[in-house]
Amino acid sequence: MIDFFFLVPIAIGLGLAGLASFMWTLRNDQYDDLEGAAERILFHGNDSPAL
Amino acid sequence: MSCCAPGAELYLDQVRAAQDEIALASRPVHDGLRQTDLSVPDIRCGACLHQIEGTLGKLDGVASARANLSAKRVTVLWRGDTPPPLMPALQAIGYRAHLHDIAADSKDPVMGELLRALAVAGFASSNIMLLSVSVWAGAEAATRDLFHWISALIALPTLVYSGRVFFLSAWQSLRHGRTNMDVPISIGVLLTFGMSLYETIHHGPYAYFDAAVSLLFFLLIGRTLDHVMRERARQAVGGLARLSPRGALVLQRDGTRTYLPVDEIEPGMTILLAAGERVPVDARVAKGDSEIDHSLVSGESMPRSASEGTELQAGVLNLTGPLTIFATATAKQSFLAEMMRMMEAAEGGRSAYRQIADRAARLYAPLVHSLALLTFAGWIIASDDVHFAITTAIAVLIVTCPCALGLAVPMVHVVAARRLFEKGIMIKDGGALERLADVNTVVFDKTGTLTSGRPQLSVKGNADADALALATAMAIHSRHPYSQALAGIGHNRRQIIFDAVSEHAGNGIEARLGNDVYRLGRSDWAIAGRPRPEAERKATVALAINGQGLVRFDLDDQLRVGAAAAVAELKDLGAFVEILSGDSDARVEKIARQLGLTWVADARPADKVGHVEAFRRAGNKVLMVGDGLNDAPALRAADVSMAPASASDIGRNAADLVFLRESLEVIPQAIAISRAAGALVRQNFALAVIYNIVAIPLAVLGSVNPLLAAVAMSLSSITVVVNALRLDGRTSTQPTKPAAARDRAPILLGALK
Repeated sequence: MIDFFFLVPIAIGLGLAGLASFMWTLRNDQYDDLEGAAERILFHGNDSPAL
Repeated sequence: MSCCAPGAELYLDQVRAAQDEIALASRPVHDGLRQTDLSVPDIRCGACLHQIEGTLGKLDGVASARANLSAKRVTVLWRGDTPPPLMPALQAIGYRAHLHDIAADSKDPVMGELLRALAVAGFASSNIMLLSVSVWAGAEAATRDLFHWISALIALPTLVYSGRVFFLSAWQSLRHGRTNMDVPISIGVLLTFGMSLYETIHHGPYAYFDAAVSLLFFLLIGRTLDHVMRERARQAVGGLARLSPRGALVLQRDGTRTYLPVDEIEPGMTILLAAGERVPVDARVAKGDSEIDHSLVSGESMPRSASEGTELQAGVLNLTGPLTIFATATAKQSFLAEMMRMMEAAEGGRSAYRQIADRAARLYAPLVHSLALLTFAGWIIASDDVHFAITTAIAVLIVTCPCALGLAVPMVHVVAARRLFEKGIMIKDGGALERLADVNTVVFDKTGTLTSGRPQLSVKGNADADALALATAMAIHSRHPYSQALAGIGHNRRQIIFDAVSEHAGNGIEARLGNDVYRLGRSDWAIAGRPRPEAERKATVALAINGQGLVRFDLDDQLRVGAAAAVAELKDLGAFVEILSGDSDARVEKIARQLGLTWVADARPADKVGHVEAFRRAGNKVLMVGDGLNDAPALRAADVSMAPASASDIGRNAADLVFLRESLEVIPQAIAISRAAGALVRQNFALAVIYNIVAIPLAVLGSVNPLLAAVAMSLSSITVVVNALRLDGRTSTQPTKPAAARDRAPILLGALK
């Protein structure tokens, strides 16, 4: 049992990575315009955020 | 504009913002860049985004433009002293735009905080749950202790970070000697964590970290949804056309003209007011003749003429000619501010109301806490084992923790708000939904609420088709609301080319064709110098050839779409319906008779408040539906209130619900949805109580283990959420009538032939 203990920190680390990336998307205003983002992929052109 | 055309009609009486106003409303960002937010309600698709960004981006001075489809808004960064011509550019490609207050829409910090707290709680609960599963599966003592310690390490920062939302609110309410739902939640979570930590330190077999953290997670979901709902309504209402002016063109003593914000206008200043603008502060006319639309201020549908010496209230709309006016009061002393003060005084309906969740908490918390205390005392007496007594008492707190209760109400409210949103109704908070369900009296304002608020002209007497075609052809040449109403009617339009057409401000349009002079306008101007019948003099608009009257038109109040159906449905719902208007008795009576309602006319704002309060004192629950400035205090005084999107800014802010579509049928629909939601909330409470009745005896007897607690809690939360989602099915099974069905054919030109 204790042989597989190394999996625990890995699992928690992966969870933390997910949490950190969610926080990053939140700070980058990626949820400001969910409908718009879905439509924008259909068009060519400037996709960079305004600010 | 294939995809984005409908919907623009709501904003017809919107004041076109001047460049100065854009500059005034913009905000400096950095490096000389300024940011302007525009609300563009017609953004409907991805192509719109692309087109708007492309068009605005090409303008001189625009650094970048970004359109937002969800919020229907465009953010433009520009540099220079004068703003680029944003509005005309958007107009040219078919989008109506109006300025959006940046100040009113600074990024919402609460939302971000809730989302982060939710994310942390979600991470923590999933990881602790994973560890717990292996403990439940029968881990050895050493592994179990280790996993408990890891769980504790994850749970502690989560409690501090995500639990803050509840702890702070609970502390606030305790400090003021009250309790709310957050008090039992906080006590439960903190005691659970404390006991689990104690167990962990003493190598105990049971720890409830998973329960404590997943409780936070579930409750935060409810809290976040609740906030999202309110925020969306606030933004949608905030994004509507602003009807009160931001500033005015002031003529300085040295002859220069400056555009000053409303707050800086002092009594005695001279203001230049163009046709189509609203009067910024109370003022007196110094020069010029015009017609003034009082509909938003007093509820009168008939415009009044203004000339030198006429007193104007802030908020009235100048229709025809340019006016020079003297300010007689500052913005703070103006009519608008007076309405604000009356609104604060009238704040009766909602402050007394306590939301059902808080009412439940008031009963719930003492009950649960005394039960836990009794369990503790009972086990001390029975077994003399202090540790077991404490553990059992805390288990009681855990299983009774109002997880389902915390989710029950917000979840139903969010689903109901979405149903309302689909019908074009914005609701500002869940309490309004609960109050709406109890309504048994509905009071309507007339002008702009029951009637469409746009002038509608109908022919008086007989008229031949040629004369009507002539009137239509002349009306096309003017922007006056009456002319546009006339021109809009003309489906039998014939091309008539006049030799010359000129518009006379305050009077009408004059056209020449050969030797004939046609005049369309005020009857005493068009029909010159002849004794004429009384009826002809009273006509609003007349068409005359060489001074001889041809056709007379009268202003007609046009019922809003669905008004009659809405009133009938409201009566079916068991509500008493009445009209409460500031307009003259005869006009109100006409509408009231059409709808078969009782009415009160000539009501001043204070009378309206008094009337609504009289209803409330008699024990009725009053829904007030109104749009004007004069309605705002009454909107506040009522138990719950609704306003159309075309209402004055102050009216929209005062109302609990704002409906964006033209039809009034949304009002009975909203009440039906709120009643269905109320029934579901009660069901959810019943479910939560049943769950407690089953779980509490087990907990009191000391046979609840962490597995049972976790499963029971999750199950109860899921049941409540699923039950809330049933609202979708409930309200959509009712057949929706086509909104376009009109009760009575309007008396228009075509109907006369």
